[in-house]
Amino acid sequence: MIEMKGVHKKYPNGVTALNGINVSIHKGEFVYVVGPSGAGKSTFIKLMYREEKPSKGSVVMNGVDLATLKERKVPYLRRNVGVVFQDFKLLPKLTVYENIAFALEVIEESPKKIRRKVMEVLDLVKLKNKARFLPNELSGGEQQRISIARAIVNRPGLVIADEPTGNLDPDTSWDIVRILEEINSRGTTVVMATHSKEIVNTLKKRVIAIESGRIVRDELRGEYGYES
Amino acid sequence: MTLASVGAVTTTLILVGLFLVLMLNLNQVAENVEEDVEIKVLIDLTAKETDINKLENEIRNIPQVSMLQFSSKEEELKQLIESMGEEGEAFELFEQDNPLNDAFIVKTEDPIDTFKVAEQIMKFDNVGEVVYAEDVIRKLFEFNQYARYVGLGFIIALVLTAAFLVSNTIKITIMARSKEIGIMKLVGATNSFIRWPFFIEGLLMGILGSILPIALILGGYYYLYENLQDRIQFPFVELLPYHPFAFQLSFLLLAIGAFIGVWGSVMSVRKFLKV
Ligand SMILES: Nc1ncnc2c1ncn2[C@@H]1O[C@H](COP(=O)(O)OP(=O)(O)O)[C@@H](O)[C@H]1O
Ligand SMILES: [Mg+2]
Repeated sequence: MIEMKGVHKKYPNGVTALNGINVSIHKGEFVYVVGPSGAGKSTFIKLMYREEKPSKGSVVMNGVDLATLKERKVPYLRRNVGVVFQDFKLLPKLTVYENIAFALEVIEESPKKIRRKVMEVLDLVKLKNKARFLPNELSGGEQQRISIARAIVNRPGLVIADEPTGNLDPDTSWDIVRILEEINSRGTTVVMATHSKEIVNTLKKRVIAIESGRIVRDELRGEYGYES
Repeated sequence: MTLASVGAVTTTLILVGLFLVLMLNLNQVAENVEEDVEIKVLIDLTAKETDINKLENEIRNIPQVSMLQFSSKEEELKQLIESMGEEGEAFELFEQDNPLNDAFIVKTEDPIDTFKVAEQIMKFDNVGEVVYAEDVIRKLFEFNQYARYVGLGFIIALVLTAAFLVSNTIKITIMARSKEIGIMKLVGATNSFIRWPFFIEGLLMGILGSILPIALILGGYYYLYENLQDRIQFPFVELLPYHPFAFQLSFLLLAIGAFIGVWGSVMSVRKFLKV
């Protein structure tokens, strides 16, 4: 699904965030990305939805090299990648329903399909009863579930989450991870950067550890490996 | 801010409209005059047939000359008598002993060259006198030419300013919606999809801005035309007819307004959509 070869990323300010990444992630995998702050986890993730381009090397997704992908094709790449952030990125003036529908409206999906898909995905994240609420009327965990719902409503092949539980308490975090696992069990590839030792060590999955822009460890059913 | 932008478009279009009314009417006058400009070369009374043929060849060889016609002194007299009407009858006495010269009537390709050509002809042998459009007409030509350039520069500067103001206004809307646009991009909206509301916003500002100028043109030119057209006594001078001129001009202003708006939006959105 994703294959990175010799990937380096140097930002315009001179910081080298990635320093020779080689990795393959296969369809249907669930992958944790761990490592200290500033190690390059977010940069690694940004390459996968072409928020950033590698300075050197290739990032091939489903046979397409994102390093050379034409600007006008980027939107179509992103329709197959759902992204979830620590800060939810919901629009405060739109209701829960509208926030999710938004992702389908901007890719010009038909209104009928929008309604059906949004209700389906609200059911999956168990927030059907809050469809008419505004984001600030929800708890952090609920907001993150909405943002996940938005990320998957278009049924992407890949969901990437950059510290999705970073702002949440442990119980709520588990709700989020269980939803991601549910999505993964339906065949979607999931890549999740996290600082949660408890989650990584409990729900055993593949762990990729990044330090100073390099992959220092890559284990199936791995451990978190850092003092939380 | 939106009001300021629409106002800038309005001001620009009013000035452009005024300028065009003036310019196009002046152009019309100049064209009327241009069609009539000719050089009359009076041939010396002493010139023989061969001299006249030689002169004809010399004039024909001036590159700018487009028409050359011989007019005998009999024809000249006839014309003079006709042009004088009743009083001209007195000149009929001269028919026996015609005091006029034979002449060449010369026209140039471009009326602007009249003066140059006339001066050249003046130097040839057997040329008695060269009569051509007066200084006033020359000044009119020059003014017209000059006004065209100044006006064009002026219009371009105004259009640029208005487009700049519109683009700034749209930039503010974009800033206010930057989070929304960021999410749009994240979930795979195409740039053209993101762009079109701003495109419409610019277009709308341009069209709104053209309403007042068009009303002023339609009303003002009607008033001008009705009140001035019949009073103008100068030769060559007449106003362009209200229909279709005022409507064509209105349409042009609308087009310029729309152009300003769309261009303003394109300028501000282009930068923002990178990456
Ligand atoms: N847009 C950017 N411009 C410049 N430097 C950046 C940018 N994003 C990240 N960095 C730098 O790159 C390094 C890796 O950052 P990041 O990928 O965010 O790490 P992590 O997510 O593991 O904390 C850091 O030193 C950070 O300061
Ligand atoms: Mg990060």
